[in-house]
Amino acid sequence: MGFLDIRNVTKSYGNVEVLHRVDIAVEEGEFLVLVGPSGCGKSTLLNMIAGLEAITGGEIAIKNRVVNGVHPSKRNIAMVFQSYALYPNMTVGQNMTFGLEMHGVPKPERDKALASVAKLLQIDHLLDRKPGQLSGGQRQRVAMGRALVRNPDVFLFDEPLSNLDAKLRVDMRTEIKKLHHNLKTTIVYVTHDQIEAMTLSTRIAVMNKGFVQQLGTPKEIYDTPANLFVATFMGSPAMNIVPATVVMEGGQPHAAVTDAEGQVRNLRFSQPGLAAWEGKPILLGIRPEAITDPEGADRKSSNIQPLTNRVTVTEPSGADTFVTMTLSGKDVIARMRADANVTAGQVFDFAVNMEKAVAFDPATEDRITA
Amino acid sequence: MSAVTQDTAVSTGRATRAFLYLVLILFALFYLLPLYVMGVNSLKPLPEITGGNMMALPQTWTLDPWRSAWSTAQIGVEPTGLKPYFLNSILMVVPAVAISTIVGALNGYVLTKWRFRGDTWVFGLMLFSCFIPFQIVLIPMAVVLGKLGLAGSVPGLILVHVVYGIGFTTLYFRNYYASFPTELIRAAQIDGAGFFRIFWRILLPVSGPIAVVSVIWQFTNIWNDFLFGVSFGGTSQPMTVALNNLVQSSTGVKEYNVHFAGAILAALPTLFVYIVAGRYFVRGLMAGSVKG
Repeated sequence: MGFLDIRNVTKSYGNVEVLHRVDIAVEEGEFLVLVGPSGCGKSTLLNMIAGLEAITGGEIAIKNRVVNGVHPSKRNIAMVFQSYALYPNMTVGQNMTFGLEMHGVPKPERDKALASVAKLLQIDHLLDRKPGQLSGGQRQRVAMGRALVRNPDVFLFDEPLSNLDAKLRVDMRTEIKKLHHNLKTTIVYVTHDQIEAMTLSTRIAVMNKGFVQQLGTPKEIYDTPANLFVATFMGSPAMNIVPATVVMEGGQPHAAVTDAEGQVRNLRFSQPGLAAWEGKPILLGIRPEAITDPEGADRKSSNIQPLTNRVTVTEPSGADTFVTMTLSGKDVIARMRADANVTAGQVFDFAVNMEKAVAFDPATEDRITA
Repeated sequence: MSAVTQDTAVSTGRATRAFLYLVLILFALFYLLPLYVMGVNSLKPLPEITGGNMMALPQTWTLDPWRSAWSTAQIGVEPTGLKPYFLNSILMVVPAVAISTIVGALNGYVLTKWRFRGDTWVFGLMLFSCFIPFQIVLIPMAVVLGKLGLAGSVPGLILVHVVYGIGFTTLYFRNYYASFPTELIRAAQIDGAGFFRIFWRILLPVSGPIAVVSVIWQFTNIWNDFLFGVSFGGTSQPMTVALNNLVQSSTGVKEYNVHFAGAILAALPTLFVYIVAGRYFVRGLMAGSVKG
């Protein structure tokens, strides 16, 4: 029993089912992020929680009260929209208290709530302005303020940062995180940006094609992705996926890959259970930051494997240097320290942190748990 | 600033510009000529018109034709002037414009923000009503008005004009509201505002430009309508019909100066509406067609 329960919820338009049996229990104070590519059903799910779209099957309960068919205004939720959806004809103050006014809250109380929220978000000097006179970041704050004033059970955010420029987006992200930390509110947040999902959430639901692919903490999602989709969707640059064969060497399972020259290299797995896959093809998943120069390798790792390979391209990004090489015919990106001494065309000794490597079944694309 | 040369693509030579203005001024004068003739002749005694030059300024200025047209001229059989008919027109136009604009706004609101199955069909049919010629519906309309007991009355005319106007006003408001973000409606729903509250508090305050378009369009059309007025006006005929009766009377002397004054009187309200609200008109027509 969660604070917000999504039980076996489906959504169909006519005969087309766009959301399949979603089952998520959100605890009080949790920050759940729904993330996925466009068209994955994340916004539909959010709109169903808000009551803006009808639920085809299953039920949604807030504080143990089933809200199927309950009007949006009676669910005690508040929503922040992508376009902010501020009423253009009202001042900031009127925008923020409109909901309270509609719910029949007397004026003195409305003003009190407005004053405290405006102070919290540092928009108290803007209350008499119209939304058209505000900058993007200010509008964003007002939109959040409008949600906060209501003091709802659940906050719903629909891609709230995607209309902001890159720098402001990072600032507002921190702001939202701070707000959640201070107010301990329950938040469901929709985004297609996996970095937002990783940084903000206490739990992530990765969605694709109407299915929840994986539900877990950011660390679980990042380190042990349930399948190939989650592995490649989360993380930037994406996880390297390399075809490999499992071979046994000294009683330990190894991943056999070929380097740029066509020579076979064996990388020992940290999971002994993969011995069951001996001789079979798998897909080896390695995060870019798990491939480094030997000095930059994670000292706490128990399984650093050497790998000698030719460097195709180096891309210094300032903080890191991204190094591309070819492994089993695929481009593989390694994330190195900025001062790592690598040049294109050079044969370089890499260090692969195999403790962080994962293996996928090529047939089902699911992660092999062993 | 004036020292800066503006060698841009749109700059033209002085001579070209002078020529352009000359042509434009000539055209403007040509278009204003009828108004000049009407104005000048409405301020002359009749003999000056019948005896000579229509284009000349009055030798003796007089407001008598205006007074006569307004209050004493022979309209049909009664020497009432245009005054009672002017009032009829006002009594008809104001409610008809108001009702058709409000209904059009509500229709536009429902058709864009409260979509239902078949709504595009409903809108298509309403749009279709814009293309039905007035003459086709005269007889059915007469039957309906008769059954409703509204034949030959101002409320009857109001009904006719509202029915005919809704197609246009719905079209205007629907297209205007289509570009209004639906997220705002959803936000208001979550805030707890109902159907009419959203319309009143969120949508109407931003509908100014399109409301002006609707009002101007409806006002000019209804004020200038002759056919419905003459067919269904009965004892409460509008200004246009009275003007016709004044000008077309075949008995007695043709008082051209009175006719001119009457015609200007009949055109004044629409002119007034255009001058007051005209600059919003273009703005409203453009709204929605170009994303700002």
